[in-house]
Amino acid sequence: MATEIFPGRLESLEKIGEFVQQVARSACFNDRDVYAVELAVDEACTNIIEHAYHGEGVGDIVCECDVEQDGLKVVLLDQAPPFDPNSLSGLDASQPDISQPIEKLKSRGLGLFLMRKMMDVVKFDKSPEGNNRLTMIKRRK
Amino acid sequence: MNFSTTAHKRCEVLKTSGRIDSSTAPELEAAIKAIMDAGKHNIIFDMKEVNFLSSAGWWVLIGTQKECKKFGRGEVVLARVDKTIRDSLRLVGMEEYFKIFDDVTTAVGSF
Repeated sequence: MATEIFPGRLESLEKIGEFVQQVARSACFNDRDVYAVELAVDEACTNIIEHAYHGEGVGDIVCECDVEQDGLKVVLLDQAPPFDPNSLSGLDASQPDISQPIEKLKSRGLGLFLMRKMMDVVKFDKSPEGNNRLTMIKRRK
Repeated sequence: MNFSTTAHKRCEVLKTSGRIDSSTAPELEAAIKAIMDAGKHNIIFDMKEVNFLSSAGWWVLIGTQKECKKFGRGEVVLARVDKTIRDSLRLVGMEEYFKIFDDVTTAVGSF
């Protein structure tokens, strides 16, 4: 298992992306799936910084990547107060409002939807240490 | 991020490279705003060297499209979009909000 700790800042997103990209490539994912993993992790980390920590420099993001027989498991841990993804105002994670005229599109709220589209498993819970834990799995097709 | 703009008779081509995420999307927004502030609303975003676009970047483009199309004064179109980015755009249904061209010359000719 590969683990890295990143400061919870938006400028960390590039390094986090490079880290998961490297692991996904080592797991022999194709370009499209490598991109899917990187995008899902980027959206997840942005949500942690913006909606869990409510800002930059508040806490770290621990990123654990585990190459398993049938795919790649990425676990993101943060020490923010408990985070309910469904509590974000105006956000319906399962049905974002993107099938309407562009003038009516409301910004944001796409991150969770994207994560669920890109990954096979997206699960929020608490780690034994009490941290917020997001587990995402991409299966090898 | 570095941006370059090329003025054509009927449109402006904006080009950048690298990764557009929540950290860098504000730079894209500022670059586009500078074009619109100059009264130009026909914009081609040349994405040949953009290798990553998160939802923060898409929202900048959506916001730009809304502004450009206001009063029918223009439109933002995309050119040379990386295949993986295009796949992800399609997957979430965002692709229909933009005309996408395989090359810049055709995009310029569309205005």
